[in-house]
Amino acid sequence: MIKRTSGQKAFAVFNTLHLLLLSFIFIIPIWHVAMGSISDPMKLSAATGLFFVPAGQTTLGGYRLVLQNPSIVRSYLNTFIYVISATAFGTVLNILAAYVTSRKDLRYKGPLVLMIAFTMIFRGGLIPGYMLVKNLGWLDTRWSLIIPGAVYAYNVIIMRTSFAAIPDGLSEAAFIDGASHFRILTSIILPVSKSIIAVVALFYGIQHWNAWFNAAIYLKNRNLYPLQLTLREIVLLGTEQSIVADADGQDVMIYRPLIKYCTIMVSIIPMMLVYPFVQKYFVTGVMIGSIKG
Amino acid sequence: MQSTGSAPNIVTSAERIRARRKKAIRRDLRLNWAVYVMAIPVVVYFFIFYYIPMGGIVMAFENFKIRKGILGSEWIWFQNFIDFFNSVYFWRLIRNTILISVYGLIYSFPFPIIFALCLNEVRSRKFKKVTQTISYMPYFISIVVVVSILNDFCKSGGILTQIAALFGDTKGALISRPEWFRSLYIGSNIWQHLGYNSIIYISALASVDQELYEAAYIDGAGRWRQTLHVTIPGILPTIVILLIMRLGQMMNVGYEKTILMYSPATYETADIISSYVYRVGIGDANYSYSTAVDLFNSIINFLILYVANRVSRSLSDISLW
Repeated sequence: MIKRTSGQKAFAVFNTLHLLLLSFIFIIPIWHVAMGSISDPMKLSAATGLFFVPAGQTTLGGYRLVLQNPSIVRSYLNTFIYVISATAFGTVLNILAAYVTSRKDLRYKGPLVLMIAFTMIFRGGLIPGYMLVKNLGWLDTRWSLIIPGAVYAYNVIIMRTSFAAIPDGLSEAAFIDGASHFRILTSIILPVSKSIIAVVALFYGIQHWNAWFNAAIYLKNRNLYPLQLTLREIVLLGTEQSIVADADGQDVMIYRPLIKYCTIMVSIIPMMLVYPFVQKYFVTGVMIGSIKG
Repeated sequence: MQSTGSAPNIVTSAERIRARRKKAIRRDLRLNWAVYVMAIPVVVYFFIFYYIPMGGIVMAFENFKIRKGILGSEWIWFQNFIDFFNSVYFWRLIRNTILISVYGLIYSFPFPIIFALCLNEVRSRKFKKVTQTISYMPYFISIVVVVSILNDFCKSGGILTQIAALFGDTKGALISRPEWFRSLYIGSNIWQHLGYNSIIYISALASVDQELYEAAYIDGAGRWRQTLHVTIPGILPTIVILLIMRLGQMMNVGYEKTILMYSPATYETADIISSYVYRVGIGDANYSYSTAVDLFNSIINFLILYVANRVSRSLSDISLW
């Protein structure tokens, strides 16, 4: 090993410290909310600054209120419905699109690729998209959150890049043996593409878990709200009357800050539990995307 | 070719080409009909959910009425655009959109590169891995939650408001003050995307040829000189491509975050073209006017992307297409 000069050692120390500080900045907002969510509600409404530890007596009372609240529970279930069905639909269509555009001997491949890739540069925009959903009669239905926005050209392109990198020999041999394209896709391409499929499903899943905007413009019926929209009402708009009514009467105003922290936590906990395990797929996806953008 | 005798020849060669093409098409259909069947749902989906809305853009040139539909509404051509250019909000929207994206570019573009370079100098693999994993975390958090936390930090008594007070700014909650909007918007964006945006540079750094470092070391270059002459040139193509892509998104300042963050108190600096489109279009149901504004925004965007790509191609041979 090459011996390090004292200047290099000083740099290494400085570099480590500054990366530690950066990690602290990445974590602290979430930590603050987590500590707030188990704080004493009386102390919380008067507290200022950052919470490194819970304010006052630790309590899980806020979580009890939040988990008993029917609108939060309902929107939680709705989000699961939207995430699972939109991700499944989007991923299947994405696989078909990627398979079709990755066939090297396809005569009309060019126009198909162009049709898909062009949507990365130019789109109809907000109002025409809204009019489409309106004309389909999907306003105030679950379809409006599941079907539009289920497939993105970028994800098709990264999956296609990955499919195209699979050696031709495999599928050619199967083709000569009389296998159909459907069979080649399901028993040759898909088994060796598990990680890219995981990446794309993950991109879609995260996107749908965190989405709120389409729900805000397409839905009026509160029974269909996804979690992020309920979260927005409670935390940002302060229109959480339903929670006030559900809890035990007069003292409930004091619970507001606590309920805000708890609702935020409830919405990010699943993501925080999942992300350390899926982040390596994520990295793979970004790298494939960078090869052919 | 001039002689009369060649005319039948041309016909036959044209016929031959046509016959060959017919044969190729037939062969393609025989081998690939199943692929075309698989393409049907894809084509139908993209047609309905991407191309029909593109067609819907013609609304921008109409005085669109829902009752009359797109085909029946009155054509007013460029009147919506003229109305927008003459609107009292026009310059404010242009200014806010440009400032937030130029500042956003200047401040947020270099950070992922610097972060990747710093991480590259770390020797402990484990420390590197853990730091990197932590840095992605904010990316997984929804905009609603990010803005919620930002609100909490910037209310009166929130940590950021307190820090601003330490530096002598005691005018209260940052979130409701126009002069703070851009900093908060861009700062929270950096927080959320720094780790994610650095992934691409970290992988580019890993693929820099190790022999170049050894050669530079033998030539007497220290770490700093190695970084300057090996590392940075090694990742320059990646940087340029990402810069072009960023420039193409210049005027595409996301409305989702703006809508969650702003309030009438901060419109002065916060309101951008896309949030205006949302307010006028969805809020006031002024469909054709807001479609026109949106289209204007897209065209400017496309022009910037085109020019950036041209400039890059002539300077460095790096191009998106």
